[in-house]
Amino acid sequence: MKKAEEIQLPDELRYSVDHEWVRMESGSARIGITDYAQDQLGDVVYVELPSIGARFAAGAVFATVESVKSVSECIMPLAGEVIGVNAALNDDPALLNTSPYGDGWMVLVKPDDPSAGGGLLTAGRYREHLGGAA
Amino acid sequence: MRYLPHTDGDVAAMLQAVGLRDLDELFTSVPSDCRVTGELRLPPAMTEWELDAHMDRLAGSMAVAPEWSLFLGAGSYDHFIPAVVSSLAARSEFVTSYTPYQPELLQGTLQGLYEYQTLVARLVGMEVATASHYDGAAALAEALLMAVRITKRKRVALSRAVHPRYREVVRTYFAPTGYDVVEIPYVPATGLTDLSRPEEWGEAAAVVVQSPNFFGCIEDLRQAGERAHAGGALLVAAFTEALAYGLLKSPGSLGADIAAGEGQSLGIPRSFGGPALGIMTSRRQYMRGLPGRLVGRTTDRAGKRGFVLTLATREQHIRREKATSNICSNNSLSALTAAIYLASLGGTGFRRLAGLNRDKAEYLKKALGEAGCTFPFSAPTFNEFVVTAPGGFDAPFQRLVDRKILAGLALGPSYPELAGHNLLCVTETASRQAMDALVTEVRS
Amino acid sequence: MSEQPGGTGLVLNEPLLWERGKTGRCGFSLPAQDVPESPLPAELAGEGPDFPDLSETEVVRHYTRLSTWNYGVDSGFYPLGSCTMKYNPKTNERQAGLRGFTAAHPLLPAALSQGALRLMYELERDLAEITGLAAVTLQPAAGAQGELAGMLILHAWQQSRQSVRTKILIPDTAHGTNPASAALCGYAPVAVPSDERGIIPAGVVDSLMDEATAGIMITNPNTLGLFEENIREIARIVHGRGGLVYCDGANMNAVLGVVKPGEIGVDILHLNLHKTFSTPHGGGGPGSGPVAVRRELERFLPVPRVVEEGGAYRLREDCPDSIGRLLAFQGHFGILVRAYAYIRSLGPDGLARVSRLAVLNANYLKERLRGTLPLAFDRPCMHECVFSDRNLQGTGIVTLDIAKRLMDYGYHPPTIYFPLVVPGAIMVEPTETETKEDLDRFVEAIQAIVREARENPDLLKEAPHRCKVTRLDETAAARNPCLIG
Repeated sequence: MKKAEEIQLPDELRYSVDHEWVRMESGSARIGITDYAQDQLGDVVYVELPSIGARFAAGAVFATVESVKSVSECIMPLAGEVIGVNAALNDDPALLNTSPYGDGWMVLVKPDDPSAGGGLLTAGRYREHLGGAA
Repeated sequence: MRYLPHTDGDVAAMLQAVGLRDLDELFTSVPSDCRVTGELRLPPAMTEWELDAHMDRLAGSMAVAPEWSLFLGAGSYDHFIPAVVSSLAARSEFVTSYTPYQPELLQGTLQGLYEYQTLVARLVGMEVATASHYDGAAALAEALLMAVRITKRKRVALSRAVHPRYREVVRTYFAPTGYDVVEIPYVPATGLTDLSRPEEWGEAAAVVVQSPNFFGCIEDLRQAGERAHAGGALLVAAFTEALAYGLLKSPGSLGADIAAGEGQSLGIPRSFGGPALGIMTSRRQYMRGLPGRLVGRTTDRAGKRGFVLTLATREQHIRREKATSNICSNNSLSALTAAIYLASLGGTGFRRLAGLNRDKAEYLKKALGEAGCTFPFSAPTFNEFVVTAPGGFDAPFQRLVDRKILAGLALGPSYPELAGHNLLCVTETASRQAMDALVTEVRS
Repeated sequence: MSEQPGGTGLVLNEPLLWERGKTGRCGFSLPAQDVPESPLPAELAGEGPDFPDLSETEVVRHYTRLSTWNYGVDSGFYPLGSCTMKYNPKTNERQAGLRGFTAAHPLLPAALSQGALRLMYELERDLAEITGLAAVTLQPAAGAQGELAGMLILHAWQQSRQSVRTKILIPDTAHGTNPASAALCGYAPVAVPSDERGIIPAGVVDSLMDEATAGIMITNPNTLGLFEENIREIARIVHGRGGLVYCDGANMNAVLGVVKPGEIGVDILHLNLHKTFSTPHGGGGPGSGPVAVRRELERFLPVPRVVEEGGAYRLREDCPDSIGRLLAFQGHFGILVRAYAYIRSLGPDGLARVSRLAVLNANYLKERLRGTLPLAFDRPCMHECVFSDRNLQGTGIVTLDIAKRLMDYGYHPPTIYFPLVVPGAIMVEPTETETKEDLDRFVEAIQAIVREARENPDLLKEAPHRCKVTRLDETAAARNPCLIG
């Protein structure tokens, strides 16, 4: 397990208390799990992604991530429609471990409310949240 | 006392180590109003030779070969089990081990199960197989729950020519779920499932056809698959007599998505009904929806081949109420036994044994026909068939019991329209002499 | 410890079945073709499965080799918590192997199968007496199917009272089969937290049990090896609000002749014959999971029922309220024979002593190991006790490493990481068939391993060193599943 200071939390992203990150990209939101989440899960062996066109409310389960002996649900940080999924994870689920903010992204979502990301945590606030959780 | 190794001295020393005066003090955490007051009212202990005599008497009352000739199948088959199979499957390293959660200590069981998965997948022509289920009926019920999860539909269509008890087990599993079970009739002239009215199946998750079916008739699985798929349903192929696939085209080659059934024929004694062997197989795309344990191949730290239980996130100990099944203990030793049996026969032996079953059954069918019996169904059969005699089969059945010949199963209770008809089974263990004796009695 | 039990024996490699053999071999004595050939119509005939052809000797060597890579109760101490890995008596195998039993067709007419039916009837009566409940079905194939039967009975009973309930209470210490079995009946599990003493307080049940809850599934003794002391009060609350008490009897080995669940408020209970009643586990099964119920629930039991009338036995099918059939036939009869032989061999006094010695062995191990590993709950235990790896924080050594290192000492590891409420759990169940000397040697092994954890942790991290294989790559197995060869 990583020590708290080893956890990478890029400043340009927004975070949810459920350990997802959001990157706003010209009206759509790219979503994945945080470095902290992937570290807690250990080696990811399978990712179950939603279909394109699926709609989720904020707080809904949109994907599951499996390690050898655990299953974790990923919680949608903002309401919207899935307009893209990272198919590369089907063949190489380890991308979630090696590149959680890059090649290991999970879904691209068109938010119902384009300003919804504003309610999420900054890197600093999320790190404080982790401190409280630990 | 038997199996209990403690001397009085041991008990005293151990009680002292835990700081107690007597054995009853061990139970102080059990409130007194929860404690039993009297003794258990059970028969007194027997010595080993008393037990042997008692059990010999119980077992001696059973109607079995060689005193009896049984022409009875209906989901449990009399096949010869070579000594090599019983002897190897009885090795206590296999028998007395637990589920291989610690793979380094149980590579024997794990490789054995991996080989079993491979052999049964080849047998039914499918891409993945689980490490076993309880029996064919329970495997079928779980296969249908799996089909419901895959298709997100809430009804299944079962042929009426599926073993009646398998259909009952499906209904038991489905009772609290609210999912529908509809039955597909069979064609009275052929004994085959009537596939001509798929519109009556509705929005089915699965269409279930058994082949050979309960009447022994070989179904048209290819057509069943085409009709099922056209309506968005999966084809689930059921089976009770796995040996048939030594001769028949496999369910996988005919379009089945899931094949589930009974493997008792593969070297497992009938044992008054169990333990038998539930076989569950599917196409690889449904692998993560399978219920039950799976063994997978991997390597150790030195790069050596080894085997582990895998895809465990489907299972109850991890996913709990969201698991693909509640199954934990399965019928592992039966699976290993089946693999040993298949290895003993080999592909060549398996095909020849299946052929012999068919040949013998056809011999008896022909002889019964010449003796005046008739056969309601025209479809080709494997080693079972439905027969009746002028005036019905009940009278000859009773006469045959007096000659210690059990002439199959009366079908009236499960199929009222077939009252007076019996389902007869002939395997390689039926001698020509026994068959001729049966025919002589029927003719008289 | 004077000598390590684990040695370096001759461990031979063995190819996969299909890496051996030659087409045309057959290790099977095929009967003579005494009837004419009758080939199938060509459109139905297939080519037959692609199995390797092997000689009898090849088959014997293959499986004998595989068996040498296995560790069973006959090989040594197997302290797997909650699994009750006791000695499996050899005489049981003899009885189950009698030709009258093995060759018996399940659909034999009653008049031709009296011995088997009588055995089943008597075993049902014995289990009813042991559990203090009125009626028993022997049909369920394993514990989990027993749980399913129990939940179906609970569901049918609620339905018979026109009561629609959607939830069920399940303690946080429960085995995963409990919520999975309840879910099959449409019940959503509600977790009941255990308290700082490791048991369920009645007050929590009082606050959770409502009119939408069908009942409680409780394991007693629980998976922490502790007796649920509040069981009577819990049952009173659940019954008072229209629910039933289901007891998972997996741990019955602790209380034979000490507690009768039927007398303390339990309505439905399953037993694991492959735990408490000495039938072998077969590397994962077959087991047997009989279910016992109180009189009012008997009408819901699965068919067939074994009935006795004037000394004659038969299977009864016409039970209109029954939940139905769980298997094609009447259960794992071969396993029932073994359990029956065990009960007859021990008799009432022997069975009562089984539990006393099982609990003595567990408490003895607990006392001897308390200075070596921290106890999850420092209280008198029943048949098993739970330790943790808490005292090894900082060494980098965790429970898994201790388990793997135990193999080098010649032991099967205890159950690990369960129950979930104890981080790094090490759950030890010695059973009554182990000698004091064997327990002492196991204690010494654990003590030696904990020393090694501090002095030479790499020894543990790389363990096991003496098995057929070293640690296996489970991640690779799950990422790219290879399930058939």
